[in-house]
Amino acid sequence: MITRRSALKSAALASAGLFISTSLTRALAQAAAPSGPHKLPELGYAFEALEPFIDRQTMEIHHGKHHAAYVGNLNRALADYPDLQKLSAEELIANLDKVPEKIRTAVRNNAGGHANHSLFWKSLKKDADPLDSGPLQEALGELFGDKETGEKMFFDKAMGVFGSGWVWISVDKDKKLILESTPNQDSPLMAGRKPLFGLDVWEHAYYLKYQNRRADYVKAVVSLVNWPFLNERFEKLTA
Amino acid sequence: MAHELPALPYAKEALEPHIDALTMEIHHGRHHKAYVDNLNKAIAGNAALEAKSLEALISDLASVPDAIRGPVRNNGGGHWNHSFFWTLMGPNRGGTPTGDLAAAINAAFGSFDEFKAKFEAAGIGRFGSGWAWLVVQNGALAIVSTPNQDNPLMGKAVSGVEGKAILGVDVWEHAYYLKYQNKRADYLKAFWNVVDWNTVSALFAAAK
Repeated sequence: MITRRSALKSAALASAGLFISTSLTRALAQAAAPSGPHKLPELGYAFEALEPFIDRQTMEIHHGKHHAAYVGNLNRALADYPDLQKLSAEELIANLDKVPEKIRTAVRNNAGGHANHSLFWKSLKKDADPLDSGPLQEALGELFGDKETGEKMFFDKAMGVFGSGWVWISVDKDKKLILESTPNQDSPLMAGRKPLFGLDVWEHAYYLKYQNRRADYVKAVVSLVNWPFLNERFEKLTA
Repeated sequence: MAHELPALPYAKEALEPHIDALTMEIHHGRHHKAYVDNLNKAIAGNAALEAKSLEALISDLASVPDAIRGPVRNNGGGHWNHSFFWTLMGPNRGGTPTGDLAAAINAAFGSFDEFKAKFEAAGIGRFGSGWAWLVVQNGALAIVSTPNQDNPLMGKAVSGVEGKAILGVDVWEHAYYLKYQNKRADYLKAFWNVVDWNTVSALFAAAK
């Protein structure tokens, strides 16, 4: 039970409020994940890169513990299914009907959690360039009208998620954008749509800094959208 | 009469170190209060619903108009669940159940330790937000869990479970995140130190 012990050790350090270096946190997170095809991706930036909107400790735990746990649990669920091990998290959740019933819920929750968080990290950036023109801006205009209305609609959707879940801007089969939300770690991929941008509204995404004030968190994250990344992603999803 | 936030039956720091004062303050004063306020908002202007007790309201959601059924379910459930939860805990509690309740726990689960393990597993296994419950079903004990603010009072058709709740634990992240972060299992273990078994025994006696 090295895995469990590593997790407990890392938890004990964190709750003691001791300073933990980035590399140690990462090493502990990876030690907590059993071996398997799925790996915790690098965050791609420093834990403190999104301060003050999203605090360092939240990013450390969100990435190094929550996301790592989804990866570990996904690998564990797939341990006896070599054929399924060849599929990406996105392929798994887009084809849950092909996953044996015995592990379907575990795959839904954990491949969902893995895919959702992997996209989330890439979608955030401080001081990213704004979206000035192009197909994504036109598609957003079609969905929302102006920017102000869009932010209001997105905000309302995020506030309307009761319990744990995500709010999404996704691409439907006609390559049109839609605004939707999902419970828990469900993904638009489970309904045949492609997620362009997802906002995590599980309490773990904001509780250390914002507690019950989800509204403040949602407003803060709207200023962190990595528009150049989404622009490129939209082109790929609609190609 | 409008629904009201009940006072906590003890000081917000009374459950330290198992549940910290800040968590209690926000959990009761913000989260629970929001459920009460949003419930009142949802039923405002509907005299028939406003006249109902909280229990009557959430145990007959079918009679609530479609347009407000979701808010009544979520906020009525949130109000009931939290009001119940506060009364199940207290300072210097914990220990083990005695008498009829202890016998029923042994009969249903083998031992108190096995019961605790199964109850913790139900809390850990609830993916996302929700509650784990110990319920009385036809005189016998069972462990169930519900998503979000659903509860056994709502009945099987709504919440997927039934029975009379005699113990419940909140496993929304807001119940433990400030102190335990991702370690829900540690929170559930700590919960045993604050459970008021006298209250649970009295609920059991009334329910069976």
